[in-house]
Amino acid sequence: MSEDDVVAELRDGMTIGIGGWGSRRKPMSLVRAILRSPLRDLTVVAYGGPDIGLLCATGKVKKAVYGFVSLDSIPLEPHFRAARQNGTIEAMELDEGMFLLGLQAAAWRMPFLPTRAGLGSDLVRVMPELKTVRSPYDDGEELVAMPALKLDVALIHMNRATADGNGQFLGPDPYFDDLFCYAADRAFMSCERVVPTDRLLDHGTFHTLRISRLMVNGVVEAPGGAHFTSCTPDYERDEAFQKEYAATARDPEAWGAFRGRYLDLGSEAEYHDAVRATAGATP
Amino acid sequence: MSEFTRAEVCVVAVAEAFRGDGEIMANPIGTVPMIGGRLARATFEPDLVMTDGEAMLVRNTMPVGVDDPHREIEAWNPYRSMFDVVWSGRRHVMMGATQVDRFGNQNIGCIGDWRKPKAQLLGFRGAPGNTINHVTSYWVPNHSPKVFVEHVDLVTGVGYDRAAELGPDAARYHRIGCVVSNLGVFDFETPDHAMRIRSVHPGVTVDEIVAATGFELTVADVPETRTPTDEDLTLIRDVIDPNDIRASEVPS
Repeated sequence: MSEDDVVAELRDGMTIGIGGWGSRRKPMSLVRAILRSPLRDLTVVAYGGPDIGLLCATGKVKKAVYGFVSLDSIPLEPHFRAARQNGTIEAMELDEGMFLLGLQAAAWRMPFLPTRAGLGSDLVRVMPELKTVRSPYDDGEELVAMPALKLDVALIHMNRATADGNGQFLGPDPYFDDLFCYAADRAFMSCERVVPTDRLLDHGTFHTLRISRLMVNGVVEAPGGAHFTSCTPDYERDEAFQKEYAATARDPEAWGAFRGRYLDLGSEAEYHDAVRATAGATP
Repeated sequence: MSEFTRAEVCVVAVAEAFRGDGEIMANPIGTVPMIGGRLARATFEPDLVMTDGEAMLVRNTMPVGVDDPHREIEAWNPYRSMFDVVWSGRRHVMMGATQVDRFGNQNIGCIGDWRKPKAQLLGFRGAPGNTINHVTSYWVPNHSPKVFVEHVDLVTGVGYDRAAELGPDAARYHRIGCVVSNLGVFDFETPDHAMRIRSVHPGVTVDEIVAATGFELTVADVPETRTPTDEDLTLIRDVIDPNDIRASEVPS
């Protein structure tokens, strides 16, 4: 598949989960394809990074559901911050662990999973859609019932994959990409490189084969597809580019220029040409 | 080597926050907390378990702010496993606090109304789950009435009054260890768990702290914060923070 083929499967108003963590191994080429499309009113569910920031800044987001939205080296995603302060998006702001339970509940087809996280904090006060549940056992404890975060579609990015949908992470952390896939009706996976099944173990041990084709409906080969987030060991985060991106949140003119230069383009290939041109111009 | 900086006193105060913790995960967040946590393990709490900031648990004393430092990896701890650590209670985290109040409620979420915040901050992040599951302490590098407030705008980390409202069962794993600031150390060891001054840093007066705090502190027999030993200073300066990043968080 191509990125545009994946986007052709999406509809206005869908709930879309995005794998990775902060500014790490995000399926950015798929996000960029959404930015090029007329899609709107999306609910985005993620341990957020520039995926949520870019979708907010381009008016694609109706609601964001997140454990955080961070660029890692820049603790708060500035485009997301602007969207929250301008009131242009609805938000479901969760404890990081509750977010995991929401995905797990959806993956296991449960309505909710109980947790102590949230008790006593303002989280349950400002989001009345979060309910509590009482243990039916002798303890009778009242717990937060974290609702399932059901996804229409999940988008993830892996280091290696087979054409039929097995995915491999080669960095230090699988994050929650498998849960995103199980929590979704359909999942699409981009990867740095498609390899034959019998070559998967050339790249890492069997422990790195976290995604199986059971979870995936389509594969996109996207070298550099996670740029500018990190995709170790294939490449680190492009900190210079990220800094440039983050700085545009304060200045509509700079944002317009950034958008014209890197986003309002015809294809992913043109994006990489533009990034290379910038990198070549600034030694 | 008796001369030391305020930042080095803060590092030692952070280390002291982990004293007695034994074999649990110490998770200090921020520059001075990271240096202090590593100092605690390198001196009096050798069994503490610590991460490399990402998915590995490392046995050796790593430096901060150094590219690609040597890591003696002892276990793999991806984010998914981290929540097992949190919910099993085997962890002591030291988080930051944009605001903290008299009963230890912490805000890192936003300023103003959460629905349309004046300033969006980090959000709830791990604070609700941390504070209800295991010991949580706080680090404040800029002690002022804007940080130490009567009421926080949003309770992200649960304080003692909120925990008491939950009752003894729900709050049985809740404990705020201490708050370390650039001026002193604070705890909640009072009958109603209101914040008290545990110690003042050398060169700071109680009056200064009271003036920099937006609520009434409990003050009684305030000792001075322990000063760094020669061993502490060697470890801080030569091993853990050779580039003196601590000074950018707490200027002298």
